[in-house]
Amino acid sequence: MILLWYILIPAVAAPLAWLVSRSRPDLARWVALAGTALPLALVTWQWVSQAGALKAAFVAHGPGAAGLVQGTWLADVHATWIAPLGISFFLAEDGLTLIMLVLTFAMGLLAVLASWRGITARVGFFHFMILWTTAALAGVFLSLDLFLFYFFFEMMLIPMYFVIALWGHERRVYAAIKFFIFTQASGLLMLIAILALYFIHGRATGVYTFDFTQLLGTQMPSGTAFLLMLGFFAAFAVKLPAFPLHTWLPDAHTEAPTAGSVILAGVLIKIGAYGMIRFMVPLFPQAVYDFRTIGMILAVIGIIYGAIMAYAQTDLKRLVAYTSVSHMGFVLLGIFAWNTLALQGVVVQIVCHALSTGALFILVGTLQDRIHTRDMAKMGGLWAVAPRMGGTAMFFALASLGLPGLGNFVAEFLILVGTWQVSRWAAVLGAVGLVVATVYALWMMQRAFQGQETHALRFDDLVPRETAMYAALIAALVVIGFYPQPLIATARQTVTAAQQMTAGSPLSPEAASAAQTMIVDGATADDGQ
Amino acid sequence: MLQLLWIVPALPAAGFVVLLLLNRHLSRRATALIGAGSVGLSAVVAILIAVSFITSPPPGDAYRQVLWTWFDTGGLAPQIAFYLDAMSVVFMVVITFVGFLIHLYSTEFMERDEGFTRFFMYMNLFVASMLVLVLADNLLLLYLGWEGVGMCSYLLIAFWQKDVQNVYCGRKAFIVTRVGDTALIVGLFLLFTQLHTLEIQPLMAGAAKNWAAGSGVAVAAAALLLGGAVGKSAQLPLQTWLPDAMAGPTPVSALIHAATMVTAGVYLIARTNVLFTLAPDVRLAVAIIGTVTLLYACFSALAQHDIKRVLAYSTMSQIGYMFLALGVAGWSAAIFHFMTHAFFKALLFLAAGVVIEALGGEHDIFKMGGLRRKLPTAFWAFIIGAASLSALPLITDGFYSKDLIIETSLGAVDGNAWLWLGALAGSLLTSIYAFRLVFVVFFGEQQTPVTLHPRWRMKLPLVVLSVLSVVGGFVWLPGWMGGFHPFETFLDTALPVTQTVAGSFAYTGVAALLTSLIAVVGVALATVWLVESRAALARFAARPTPHDVQTFWLNGWGFDWLYEHVFVIPVKWFARVARGDLVEPAFSGIAWLNLQAWRALSASQNGQLRVYIGVAGVGLAVIVAFVVLR
Amino acid sequence: MAAVSLDHGLILAAILFVIGFVGLLTRRNLIVALACIEIMLNAAGLAFVVAGARWGSADGQVMFLFVLAMAAAEVAVGLALAIRFRQSLGRLDVDDADEMKG
Repeated sequence: MILLWYILIPAVAAPLAWLVSRSRPDLARWVALAGTALPLALVTWQWVSQAGALKAAFVAHGPGAAGLVQGTWLADVHATWIAPLGISFFLAEDGLTLIMLVLTFAMGLLAVLASWRGITARVGFFHFMILWTTAALAGVFLSLDLFLFYFFFEMMLIPMYFVIALWGHERRVYAAIKFFIFTQASGLLMLIAILALYFIHGRATGVYTFDFTQLLGTQMPSGTAFLLMLGFFAAFAVKLPAFPLHTWLPDAHTEAPTAGSVILAGVLIKIGAYGMIRFMVPLFPQAVYDFRTIGMILAVIGIIYGAIMAYAQTDLKRLVAYTSVSHMGFVLLGIFAWNTLALQGVVVQIVCHALSTGALFILVGTLQDRIHTRDMAKMGGLWAVAPRMGGTAMFFALASLGLPGLGNFVAEFLILVGTWQVSRWAAVLGAVGLVVATVYALWMMQRAFQGQETHALRFDDLVPRETAMYAALIAALVVIGFYPQPLIATARQTVTAAQQMTAGSPLSPEAASAAQTMIVDGATADDGQ
Repeated sequence: MLQLLWIVPALPAAGFVVLLLLNRHLSRRATALIGAGSVGLSAVVAILIAVSFITSPPPGDAYRQVLWTWFDTGGLAPQIAFYLDAMSVVFMVVITFVGFLIHLYSTEFMERDEGFTRFFMYMNLFVASMLVLVLADNLLLLYLGWEGVGMCSYLLIAFWQKDVQNVYCGRKAFIVTRVGDTALIVGLFLLFTQLHTLEIQPLMAGAAKNWAAGSGVAVAAAALLLGGAVGKSAQLPLQTWLPDAMAGPTPVSALIHAATMVTAGVYLIARTNVLFTLAPDVRLAVAIIGTVTLLYACFSALAQHDIKRVLAYSTMSQIGYMFLALGVAGWSAAIFHFMTHAFFKALLFLAAGVVIEALGGEHDIFKMGGLRRKLPTAFWAFIIGAASLSALPLITDGFYSKDLIIETSLGAVDGNAWLWLGALAGSLLTSIYAFRLVFVVFFGEQQTPVTLHPRWRMKLPLVVLSVLSVVGGFVWLPGWMGGFHPFETFLDTALPVTQTVAGSFAYTGVAALLTSLIAVVGVALATVWLVESRAALARFAARPTPHDVQTFWLNGWGFDWLYEHVFVIPVKWFARVARGDLVEPAFSGIAWLNLQAWRALSASQNGQLRVYIGVAGVGLAVIVAFVVLR
Repeated sequence: MAAVSLDHGLILAAILFVIGFVGLLTRRNLIVALACIEIMLNAAGLAFVVAGARWGSADGQVMFLFVLAMAAAEVAVGLALAIRFRQSLGRLDVDDADEMKG
């Protein structure tokens, strides 16, 4: 039942925030704060108290268990919804879900905090939208019925559209429509794929259902599977975003208000990664394997191209947006590598990218609130004006370039070392992306914060509310950098289960490592002579 | 005692954290106390540990301390663990001790700087990272320290960040070294995938057990690690960042770009010597890179007129010697030279810092001159440093280590005459540029008035380092001087013994005499050219060909120009072309098509009710006709 | 009295319908347009009655009553619209009502 609360609390808080704002706009902020902090506390409590259960689930159903069976969930809700069509209200939670939920509510909380001063127009409606998005996101991560998943997937789109279109910057309507069309069009492709899967499974077995656990392993011709996989891939690749479907992201990020950027970068685009791990690869392992080369090429292009594009920008927020393209390239790479190392890296990357990029977006937002521009040509030397802000920016710039000791490094290292075992060139090129990351991160620092301060800008340094926010994010990144094990342990069962679902296909690590060993053995045998 | 090992890096790290948190609530005095004190305490602990390690060696001559498991997944379980053996003892002691002296020096050198706290914050973080690097028990933790020192190097080069030029130099240093680091991390991927661990000792054992000498994997792994070492130690072809790194404050140059960080590459290669032994081709490459770099840097140093850039090139050249030693399997010789170099190069930089500070920030040696009476401490320190750098026989520590390397380059099994000749030529050039510096800066006419005299916190490190630069070499005397070599014995517990050719010419008295003579000849040449006939030299240098050569050397043989045109300009061009996103036209093209379709269709929607009715009527008629007549 | 043949009745209805339709297309006055619509409705009604007479069924006349009722409603709404139209635009030209053009 606890799962319902995760959706209900923000969903109920949303209209409440709107209602109270009519009499007292500021109260809406507190309602929103409660509406995100409460589920955050709840999910954290669940995480802490269920740590043992997670481990047990791994031991009991871990290596050797045949796929994902009911009972490996930490909690689940299974109710019939539209029975004639085989649609059920199926929510379930495992380690990955737990992480995604923590992220969702933490980013929601940050979004509320970040707009405490910035948002003054239609306060109630704004927080309604933020809470509604949060509720829908929780639903996305919890639902295991494909129809329900699609329902939440679409539900989250609308408030996000309004957040960008109503509270955004100069070209907000353009950006909002672009965001909407990209997501909607690719979402429809996924819907078609879901329906096709539904009918194929129904015809073959006579059971018409949208239940993901039952749809697993549906037999179909490989051509059909490939097309359906592409349907899912389109939706998730747009969300992620993967090259070349990324162009909505710089616009949406740049134009969105800070809170919108935080939720976009922190959670929304992670749906792409989550969906691929949870649904796409387990449903179509063979097709994903056939697509692997192309997928990895796209990922590598995304890493390097995104980094160069970040370097090319003059708008600070756009720069940060392009770094997301680069970082999500690593995620895509890890998913296509599909071994334990890479997948664990993906999970860590999901979390750390949310923290570091979310922080950078908040930083750009606070800067814009103060100096009313995002153009780096009009900045320079800001460190001298606001040293705390400069130091904070330096920290997150370094996190962005993958400095060891911070979480992002652990993630990128795991992904690349996992990728190396599948494709050496992809790993090498991904590592080259780290060099380009250095270029853009340091370039950003130089243009905005270092050098001579020439524009006579005077503004306040970080206030305590902001300092506290950044301190929490910095602490989280450092802790993950030196001790990511809790995260890894939490996701372990999900990763193992997901891999077992693909056990029979050439995608499975066993198949890959067998091939690898053969090569190595061959090589050493040759060398030994 | 050894259990206190973790405290050594933890103290400077704690200093960093305290300075970061208390930042502006601290007085300068408190900052200095925390900044220098944490490193000083760390040095004390390090020395105690070293004493304990030497007097009662742990079993296996190595001590391992596990703090916690970093992470554990998919068979990869690196630990946050420290590994102490003879080699890391040497590095640890040198880093903390020289580090402390430089911190002490900085408390006076930086005292009027507005970024005082920030400076000590970065310096403490640097020392902590460097200690992690040399104490790391696995390659991933080593990489953490490796990147940490790179980051601190960037932050400190760009320390005076109001000047964009400094920031540029810092960025250049970070980016160029990160190119090497990419090779290193790819090497880590390879090693882990092949040997399933990153812990250095099992890794080396595994490599020795599973890989044949000269096998493809061994060569690839060694070459990738070499890539990282070359970047960090400013060897060809990734050397271009080091001269520019001199944009940072002088203590930074002394600590990071002379004594410690730049020798990380030497440490890495010595630490993974098993891999390099398995890959003789790569080891030969190490020797060649070292020799070529040391000659390249000597020539470049001859043409410089920024005092710090001369020293930067000389650092590059001395690390070239260390690489040469590593290349011919003279592992211990390289470490020996690291230690003596740390003493005398830190000394030279600190003395140069006194000069620069005294002249109000003047870097150009031709605007100095005649300072020997005005700044006696700096003068004597510089003389000792330069003598040591030139390896003047018997009384300098540089002599013992460099002589050892020169003789190993010929006498080792892997040595050869070409390397030996290169090393000798380098030795000659080194003495020339070292004493050119001495004569130009301290002799002749005074050009700029002295405005500031050093006080004890700047003088004390000079004195201590001067003493060390004289006596530091006595721990390993050559065979013909009685063969007192406790340093070698100590390092032999951690590093393989160099295989030498029995009865090689290198170990004869004649060879030793030759080496000594060459250094002296270099000094003599410098004296003749710069003191006796300086006008003639100036006339010669003004002629077209020598002038062009000098400019070529001054600019570091055009490497910057080359990289600018091969890498920087194309990337910038691409970035400019692609600024609006290359993919965007495809999507805006779709949008444009829709717009055109909309235009075409909306022309029919003209709002004229009668037209609508007419069209509807006609349409209805057509449908009816179709149905009826079908 | 000889019964009017079906063909004649339908032809008359068709002629009336076409007259109304052409009037609707050619006249711009809103009142005239309404009148034309009335003519068209009555043409349809006539067709119903004629058909009902031909088959001896009351359905045709019942349908005509429906048409009448609908026509009355349509005129009421139409005239109300015409009055508003006249008030806001000052004229009764249907071509002026093109605010919805694309």
